[in-house]
This record gives sequence, structure tokens and C-alpha cells, in this order.
Amino acid sequence: MADVSTLNTAAIGNDAARNRLSAGPRGKKPKKTLSRRNIMLYGILGLAALYYLLPLYVMVVTSLKGMPEIRLGNIFSPPVEITFEPWVKAWAQACTGLNCDGLSRGFWNSVQIMVPSVIVSIFVASVSGYSLANWRFKGSELFFSILIIGAFIPYQVMIYPIVIILREMGVYGTLTGLIIVHTIFGMPILTLLFRNYFASLPEELFKAARIDGAGFWQIYGRIMLPMSLPIFVVAMILQVTGIWNDFLFGVVFTRPDTYPMTVQLNNIVNSVQGVKEYNVNMAATLLTGAVPLIVYFVSGRLFVRGIAAGAVKG
Amino acid sequence: MAQSTPSARPNQLFRNLNSKIASIPMIFVALVIFLGGSIWTIVYSFTNSRLLPRANFVGFDQYERLWASSRWIISIQNLAIYGILSLIFSLVVGFVLAALMDQKIRFENVFRTIFLYPFALSFIVTGLVWQWILNPDFGIQGIVRSLGWETFEFNPIYDADIVIYGILIAGLWQGTGLVMCLMLAGLRGIDEDIWKAARVDGIPMWRTYIFIVIPMMRPVFITTLVIIGAGIVKLYDLVVAQTSGGPGNASEVPAKYVYDYMFQAQNLGQGFAASTMMLVTVAIIIIPWAYLEFGGRKRG
Repeated sequence: MADVSTLNTAAIGNDAARNRLSAGPRGKKPKKTLSRRNIMLYGILGLAALYYLLPLYVMVVTSLKGMPEIRLGNIFSPPVEITFEPWVKAWAQACTGLNCDGLSRGFWNSVQIMVPSVIVSIFVASVSGYSLANWRFKGSELFFSILIIGAFIPYQVMIYPIVIILREMGVYGTLTGLIIVHTIFGMPILTLLFRNYFASLPEELFKAARIDGAGFWQIYGRIMLPMSLPIFVVAMILQVTGIWNDFLFGVVFTRPDTYPMTVQLNNIVNSVQGVKEYNVNMAATLLTGAVPLIVYFVSGRLFVRGIAAGAVKG
Repeated sequence: MAQSTPSARPNQLFRNLNSKIASIPMIFVALVIFLGGSIWTIVYSFTNSRLLPRANFVGFDQYERLWASSRWIISIQNLAIYGILSLIFSLVVGFVLAALMDQKIRFENVFRTIFLYPFALSFIVTGLVWQWILNPDFGIQGIVRSLGWETFEFNPIYDADIVIYGILIAGLWQGTGLVMCLMLAGLRGIDEDIWKAARVDGIPMWRTYIFIVIPMMRPVFITTLVIIGAGIVKLYDLVVAQTSGGPGNASEVPAKYVYDYMFQAQNLGQGFAASTMMLVTVAIIIIPWAYLEFGGRKRG
């Protein structure tokens, strides 16, 4: 009897446990707390997202309004009558000083500055990184350390000596001069990037190529380069956005007719003469921001990887 | 690696020659530009150079003049306010956003894209957008007033007392996404078991973050601090775009002081002295970090 009853209770207990097991996860209580937590979570994230999106929205909306509408309404209201005139004006007619051919001039200047600067700086830095990773010589690490520490020196400290050097070379104020400057200041971060990447490649490849009689440049061109396309893309993203967004070097190292887009944009918007045309200003701002934004949205995760690589060492 | 070929070549200099040739640009940049340029600027900050650099040494004259200039004092104060607040806010906001993003949420990529896109934009674009949003007539102040609060005052473009906070708002908008990304990478690097152990011990989540996770993320925090710190000292474009240093000189910053004296006021010595002070500031930030980071590793 006793045996049976204990057996029974055990069986009942088992049953109950089984019931609880099967019913447990479907219970309502945990789900409810989870959803309250989720509301908080997504609420805060959503609010933060609004703060980050707001300026982009304001830029777009303002650039599509006419000036009368801007003077009457507020900056957040959507345009009643959409007009693309501000965009046309920003691109082709906005004035800086005596030139009234719009931002298009700055855009093409920036393209002319960016393309060779990106190519030269990446080539120089990748070769340096390669020689640091695979062909170390006495003192190479010391030079590299100076280079990395130099990345933290404010540009203002080195600008004037560079002006003198470029003037002596006869390239101050020219495109060549600015390309050199971008190559110099892109060097620490890019060299670090390439050095670490090349060092992470299997050493056997390098050794095998050496045994087969390949030299410095051959190994670079035939083995390292084809194997490192991702890091080249990362470096390109870094440099395209960095050089496009540069303002200081543009002001210091170019002349007014070759000013890059950022400098020209600042001159258009912050010029004191004439009536302020906020819609044209915002269209111009969007146009200048468009290139890095496109790079950012297209490259997505690679962009994140690029800045993370730029930020976190080792 | 490759240089360990034991064959006794006649000349050390020509060993590994191609690598040395390829490194010439790097060596040039490191020694001539970074090291040489800095030393040159420091040396010439003790001269009375005006339009052109002249080696006419005047001792600490330029520095005395610098620290007697009210514009420089304002610049330093602004940089201190901006620097301290932007460090605190970007670390706190960046970390909180990263912690929220780390809760296995949906649409993580969408949120990350939104938080980070301002970082792709230049400081010029950032400054001009916020100049417009904070515009007293049409921007936030104007809107709040049109809603009924006629006396509402929020004018960080033309009000000298709060102008630096307007720049701070813009700077944070541009930069916190990056901090968030770095922090998120740090959080992802933390072992899942730590969380499980904390949950088993019944430690509430916020305490786990403060007492366990944040101390574990020390390296990430230090790297982030150095990056933000180095960026703060360079603060220049944002101010030029948003306020041009105005109203008056209420939003001047050291980098702008240097540029104006070197290239506009044609007072090179003064510019060199100011830039040397910037270098000193950076050194104060960097040297302890470099010591902790590299000095410790060698011994450990």
C-alpha cells in the first residue's frame, strides 16, 4: 500500500513536473516583463535615432522649400511646394567672392584632389607597412613608433614647417603640394593598418616566395597585393571620406581657385554679403555631404571596420 | 624574419636595400615632418618672427604675450569646457547606446547605421547644419516661441554665454556614433559566461555593468579616451563653420588662434607659441597613456 501510494505520488509528481515543463515556457508572466523591457529599450533607441536623424531631415526639407516658405514656417515642417531650384542654384550659381559658378567648381576641385591623394597615400603607406611587416631592418620599428606618436601631434604644430618645405620644392599652393600633405598625414594610420594586416598573413607564403627567388617588389605585387584586397578597400574608404572632409589643409595649402568643396561650402554659407538663402545653403551642405554619405551607405560594415581599424590598435 | 640571413655581406647598409628604399617616405615623414617639424616650431616659438620666420630669439616673450591675451584665455576656457563635457557625454551616451544595442535587439544594423552616419560627414557640414537648426529666428528657439512661450531663450549661436554648448551639441551629434561603435566592439569581446555567472549570483544588470563589465573594458575605454582627447585638441573646422569664433570671440578655440595668427595676422611667433602650447596639452594626455600602454607591456 505504502509502496503503491508513494509510487503514485511520485507518478503524480512526475506528471505535474512534466505539465509544468510543457506549460512553463508558455506562461504569460515572463513574456509580459520582457515586452515592457522591450518598450523601454526600443523607446530609448528610437528617441536617440530621432536625434541623429533630425539634422538630415532638416537639411533635406529646407533644401526643397522656397525662401518665402522658410520665412513663414518652421524648419521641421515638410515643404508645401517642392522646388529643386535651391539645388540647381547651389550647384551652378552660388557665389564665393567674385566667382558665381556654384559648388560645382569645388566639387571638381575636390575630385581632382581626392583621386590622386587616395592613390598615392595608399600606395606609399602599403609599401611602408609591407616593409615593416616582412622586411624589418635595424631601426624600422623606431621610425614606426615616431610615426604613430606623430599621429597625435596637432596639425597646427607641423603646418608651417610643411609650408616652408613645399615652398622650397616649389609646389606650395599647387595640387601636388596638397597631395603630398594628404599623403603625409594619412601615413600613420594607414601604415599601421597595412603593417598589422600583412603581419597577420601566413608567413609560409612569404618564405615560399623567397625560396622561389622573388624579391621585394615581386612579393608585394604578386602575393601581398592580391591577398589584401579587403584591407585596401578599408583604406580607400578611410581616405576617401577623410580627404573629402578635410578643411584645414584645403585652406592652408591651396589657392582660392582650387579650394576643395568643404572650403567653398563654408565660404558660400558664411559669406557676409547678400541675403541669406537658407535653402540654397542647405542644398549646398547636402551636396558636400553626399559623397561621404554615399560611401558610408554603400560600404556599410566595411566602413565600421575601417574606423575600428583606425581607432583600435593591434 | 627575412633579414636573418647569416651570410656576411660586406656592407650593413646595403642589406635589405629595397626595403630601405621603400621606407624612405616613412622615415622622411617620421623624422623630418613629425619630429623635425615639431622641433622647428618649438624653436621658432622663442623668436619674434612676424611675416617670415626669423631666428631672432626673444626668450619667453611670445608666451608671456600669449597668456596675457584675453582671446587665448577664452580659447583655453572654451576648449576645457568643450573637452570635459564632450568626454563625459560621449563616453556616457556612447556606452549606454552600446549597452542597449547589445541586448540582442532587432534592426541592430539599422540603428547602427543611423547612429554612425554623422561620423561620415565633415565638421563643416555638421557645423552648418546645427547653425541652421539653432538659428534663433527659424530654429528651435523660434519654434518654441511660436508655440506660445514668447520669452523662451535658447540661442547658442549669438549668445556669448552659451555659444560653446551649441558647438558641443553639434560635436556630440557627429562623434558619439564612433564611441558607440568602439564600446559595442568592447562589449562583444566580453565572455558570455560572465553574464551567466552574474545572473546566477542574482546581481542586477546595472551592477554587473558598473562593477564587472566596465572594469573589464578598461583598454577600450582608454583607447576611446585617447581618440576623443586627440580629436578635441584639434577642434577647429566645427567652430569655423558654426560660429566663426563669434559672437565677438566667445567661441574661439586654440587651433583657430594658431591658424589666425600664422596665416592672417602675420604674427608667426605668436602662432608658434600657441601651437607649442597645444603640443604640450597633447603631451599631457598622451604620455601617461603611452607609458601605461607600452611601458607596462615591456616590463610585464
